[in-house]
Amino acid sequence: MIQINIHSDSDVKSLEIPNDIGINLMELLKAEAYETIEGTCGGMALCATCHVKVTDSIPSLSEPSNDELDMLETLPFIYYESRLACQIKLNEDIQQLNIEIIKN
Amino acid sequence: MRCHLIDYLPQAGGQLSEIYPKKPIYDIPGYPTVLAQELVDNLVKQAEPFNPGYTFGERIETLEKRDEQDFLLVTNLGTTIEAKAVVIAGGLGCFEPRKPEVEGLAKFENGKGVNYMILDPEQYRNKKLVIAGGGDSALDWAIFLSEVCSELTLVHRSESFRGAPDSVDKVLQLAGQGKINLHLNTNLTSVTGNGKLNSVSLINTKNSEEILVDTDYLVPLFGLSPKLGPLENWGLNISKNAIEVNTDDYSTNISGVWAIGDINTYKNKLKLILCGFHEAALMSHSVYQYIHPGVKYTMKYTTVNGVNSF
Repeated sequence: MIQINIHSDSDVKSLEIPNDIGINLMELLKAEAYETIEGTCGGMALCATCHVKVTDSIPSLSEPSNDELDMLETLPFIYYESRLACQIKLNEDIQQLNIEIIKN
Repeated sequence: MRCHLIDYLPQAGGQLSEIYPKKPIYDIPGYPTVLAQELVDNLVKQAEPFNPGYTFGERIETLEKRDEQDFLLVTNLGTTIEAKAVVIAGGLGCFEPRKPEVEGLAKFENGKGVNYMILDPEQYRNKKLVIAGGGDSALDWAIFLSEVCSELTLVHRSESFRGAPDSVDKVLQLAGQGKINLHLNTNLTSVTGNGKLNSVSLINTKNSEEILVDTDYLVPLFGLSPKLGPLENWGLNISKNAIEVNTDDYSTNISGVWAIGDINTYKNKLKLILCGFHEAALMSHSVYQYIHPGVKYTMKYTTVNGVNSF
């Protein structure tokens, strides 16, 4: 199972999801009805409408791809922990994620 | 019935053509895989026998219902279109420039110094300009306008640029020559002026130094994000940035107006191209009955006489 803690405004939601769920973090957040996560491009790192902060992960996530970094570059403000949720695949490589929803 | 398609983009196909034309799609029935643009090309070809009209590069600004079966639509360029029925298939809306959250910015929009895109470079001749952003668009305009403006400042929040290497080299070279005032690791904080913009405040995120730049114009270039745009003001029932519809026929709360595809919302909505096709079929039958009230509808199949019998 993957433990995911989602911080949004002052709320924290904790989810446990199977590590063979086969979706990415953007798809999960949309399914959980976080309205600021739009996922306009359908998960191709082409729109930056699924910008989140990954404040912690066990183990560490792999480095963002050039495509993801290029797209993050277009945003007015980013953080050291900024990622595009669509580029984070939820699989057995991840045990725990702490993320923060950003109002884009 | 005849159909006329109006799209703000320069071609048909919406985000398939504009955002990911070369990406394969795997969930179109009958196509194990198809490139987005290939699907659009096939759809345009499939529509050809029905002679649809096209207006590209224009956005509908106003929708006026003058009577049942009598709509007047006006585009941003002033083109007027009369129609008996209107179908909104606007996807996620219009892609509009992403605006940074900067204190006071909105006060200087609409001709008072803050622009979100560069339409006429001559507007900046012999003027002071601040460009904010680090993408290719910001770099390209900074290079071009460094020869046009009296003073050009480029503000970028990172240490380096990820744009095209040639453009990055050129910007750094122009900065070295004093033709571009380059501020890296720097964010916009506020804008000030008296009716018209006259200065921009910046902060260096590394050493917290505050910088005040006198300027005539500020152009933030931070990419595009989807917005519903003018249709928010047409009297439609909107929920979560989408148009509420009746799933019997995908009609909206305005009689004579339908909404299909990603732009609509209803219980169990799936934003899939496949579902858009289904919605379009039910909508078309409903539109036919709206335009031809009292006419007995006979279902026709293309397998009998092909498309020319329609």
